[in-house]
Amino acid sequence: MGMTMTQKILAHHAGLPEVKAGQLIMSKLDLVLGNDITAPVAITEFNKIGIDEVFDKNKVALVPDHFTPNKDIKAAEQCKLIREFAHAKEITNYFEIGEMGIEHALIPEKGLVVPGDVVIGADSHTCTYGALGAFSTGVGSTDMAAGMATGESWFKVPSALKFELTGKPGPWISGKDVILHIIGMIGVDGALYRSMEFVGEGLANLSIDDRFTMANMAIEAGGKNGIFPVDEVVLDYVKEHSCRDYTVYKADPDAEYDAVYQIDLSTIRPTVAFPHLPDNTRTIDEVGDVKLDQVVIGSCTNGRIEDIRVAAKILNGKKVAKGIRCIIFPATQKIYLQALREGLIEQLVEAGAAFSTPTCGPCLGGHMGILAKGERALATTNRNFVGRMGHPESEVYLASPAVAAASAITGRISNPEEIAD
Amino acid sequence: MEAQGTVFKYGNNVDTDVIIPARYLNTSDPAELAKHCMEDIDSEFIHKVKDGDIIVADKNFGCGSSREHAPLAIKKAGVSVVIASTFARIFYRNALNIGLPIFECPEAAVGIAAGDEVKVDFDTGVITNVTKNETYQAEPFPEFMQALIKAGGLINYIREQKAQ
Repeated sequence: MGMTMTQKILAHHAGLPEVKAGQLIMSKLDLVLGNDITAPVAITEFNKIGIDEVFDKNKVALVPDHFTPNKDIKAAEQCKLIREFAHAKEITNYFEIGEMGIEHALIPEKGLVVPGDVVIGADSHTCTYGALGAFSTGVGSTDMAAGMATGESWFKVPSALKFELTGKPGPWISGKDVILHIIGMIGVDGALYRSMEFVGEGLANLSIDDRFTMANMAIEAGGKNGIFPVDEVVLDYVKEHSCRDYTVYKADPDAEYDAVYQIDLSTIRPTVAFPHLPDNTRTIDEVGDVKLDQVVIGSCTNGRIEDIRVAAKILNGKKVAKGIRCIIFPATQKIYLQALREGLIEQLVEAGAAFSTPTCGPCLGGHMGILAKGERALATTNRNFVGRMGHPESEVYLASPAVAAASAITGRISNPEEIAD
Repeated sequence: MEAQGTVFKYGNNVDTDVIIPARYLNTSDPAELAKHCMEDIDSEFIHKVKDGDIIVADKNFGCGSSREHAPLAIKKAGVSVVIASTFARIFYRNALNIGLPIFECPEAAVGIAAGDEVKVDFDTGVITNVTKNETYQAEPFPEFMQALIKAGGLINYIREQKAQ
């Protein structure tokens, strides 16, 4: 029987001719990643193993992005621990404030992931790099410690769900609407332990940024990874950002899938996930009157240049509604600079939005936009769990940058099709 | 090995943000984390939980972030074992890796109620509801995972491998 794309990558990295769903394997790792929340625990565990060096100082990446720029003394201490470890172990890919960005936008941008890689990261959204045809998945700090020490990790080979995409999405529809639609359809555990493989002619109508957003939220359906085939769009991105050799894997024609879903992109509507789960979705036509206090545009899900461009396109020449705090976070310094050069930051600031340095900040209720009791935010982030952005009695609604920008203008959840010129 | 304790019962999709809210993640000290364990879903939990007590939940326990702080907080709060219909995959790995015993058992998740006295045999996977006089059989772990558990977690396992 044939293998899925994910199974082929894992088989190769385990040195096996073939693997089957459910099989436990030991895989070689091409990159091990951690951030300022998870790496401190990993460093403590690494030190218990009793070895001096990491397995490969070029294959470990440390990105202090969550509570940075340091939000308080404890956060500063955690970042200091990582900085000192990176220095002592001569970690090549440590990114300090000023060059850092949100890890899942930064790592591909720095060319650290290419097609065919196996990547683990002590952050659940590590699955983002599946957009480049790599197997990448989130793990905990102890797995990160073991990965840094040995360059290997154990995996249970996943079975897969296949999503066959056809058609062309409407003008204000993005990868965010597609993935929210899918999570709404299969549920927050609909892909539990499994791969989500996205295929089909509709991919030609999804940009690399759309695909990063979709792979990023595979974990929100419980998925082990989300993965896309390597086409021209991927290769253009990879060649621009990396000089590493890559390997293109394709699913076998007779690969087995637990389920196959057909999705016509032309039928997808702007989609919003209501509190308190990402699968609690409604189309914009079913939203009703939802008044907001805050709009957040950014995060590892939607802080890329296309996202900032869409926000600027809608907000340019308009004003953020009185009483709404609209906060925009580009995901990396490069994206920040690009937005600056394209004049987008000026347009957004003129419209009354706050424009921030890159940080995960408000997405996980860290800092830079925390909600009070009873407050409501619409965010382009990835989770709307109880207390995610602040007070346990606050609410988070998830949507695309287009819906977010339109909603910032009206002060209530709004359809970009009606707001945009 | 076995554990016995009083059950705290929760529903579907208990996420890591309610197990340990991110606002407390500026430390990785398990004792500090444990003080806020389950705070946003059950503010009484940390005041009532005793050493050896057991958490039982429905589907997808531990969904959301990769924070190992979640199983660390639960373990340090004194919980001896978590039983659920299913676990989110990163939580599952993390629990095994840090040596927090977990069992997948849909029948137990249905049969056990809050406050029940429950006994778990780690070797056989037999879960006994002392209050209701019922037993449930959990899925046994594959051999490799049993080795991890026996070693007391992944780091000890690697140290043992290195020593050999």
